[in-house]
Amino acid sequence: MKSLREFLVAHAQNGVISFSVQAKAVREFRLPFPVVEETILKTNLLPSRYLRNQETLSQADQFSLFRSRVAVIGCGGLGGYIVEALARVGIGHITVIDPDVFDDHNLNRQLLSETGTLGLSKAEAAVGRVRRINPAVTVAPVKRVFTRENGGMLLKHARAAVDALDSIGLRLDLADVCMEMGIPLVHGSIGGWYGQVTTQFPGEDTLRKIYSGRSHDKGIEDRLGNLSFMACLVAGFQAAEVVKIILDQGKTLRGRMLSINLLDVEIVDVAL
Amino acid sequence: MKIELNLYASLARYIPREAGAPCNRIFEVGEGTTIIALLHHLQVPMDKVKLIFLNGLHAHGDEILSEGDRVGVFPPVAGG
Repeated sequence: MKSLREFLVAHAQNGVISFSVQAKAVREFRLPFPVVEETILKTNLLPSRYLRNQETLSQADQFSLFRSRVAVIGCGGLGGYIVEALARVGIGHITVIDPDVFDDHNLNRQLLSETGTLGLSKAEAAVGRVRRINPAVTVAPVKRVFTRENGGMLLKHARAAVDALDSIGLRLDLADVCMEMGIPLVHGSIGGWYGQVTTQFPGEDTLRKIYSGRSHDKGIEDRLGNLSFMACLVAGFQAAEVVKIILDQGKTLRGRMLSINLLDVEIVDVAL
Repeated sequence: MKIELNLYASLARYIPREAGAPCNRIFEVGEGTTIIALLHHLQVPMDKVKLIFLNGLHAHGDEILSEGDRVGVFPPVAGG
């Protein structure tokens, strides 16, 4: 019997492995999807799902993304779209952290919420969604609140953390844990027609600068709510920051904050 | 003296403007006016003010304005 590698090379077309061949390898060799994906990439082949990532992302880039772990804290409005983007771009390991279940009022914006998932865990919904769109991605669900105490364990081995939370106190706890652990943190938040994005690198206290001196745990979203397209837009910025951090490409929002006003179509880049 | 004031995100509505007219961000202020006094004058609710920048640097709001100063003010945004 051929080895997995020989099987893949024999079935590759112009260096590309189709999803049906990958699924066949999973069945015939009785291996999990992530193992087959790793072998494909190590063999210098490309899963066909990533064809439209090229030439923006090279085969080597795909391998770097596949080998990376990213923690997404919050699986609501921002988190749902972030997990979607990270899984589709090919991040190999995603930790999703959210203690909540879906409620009716999440349906206006949260990608993972459906009428059929009301009352169900947001973290588990992320697992199911990723399994359906990219089974080569391993998702670890955590149905607990992120705290300073469990943060070190939850973020272990993370190449980057993504702040998709909805309270200032928890965001600051996350930022402090990331600073202690030397993990880059991509922050995003929304409220009404408005949003903001920035990235805190190890040794920086960016989120403390943004939220210092707050007596309230909520911002303008408490009154203005959150809209679907703002979640989608800000999540897109955050996912892009994650990819740039992992691949060390382009410029990040280090030391800068984008303030986005879609009502008047203004995006301001502020030095922090 | 003239200063430039930018109110961002949900605070943009407190910049006085006539319907359909472009937003005028240049304000005439008196000697000794602080950033907070100017925001009070424009009826900006201070509990909606989070970040204040004066000429690109963090400010507390009690700074006295000078000719040509640029002020930027942001509300807290924390939804997800």
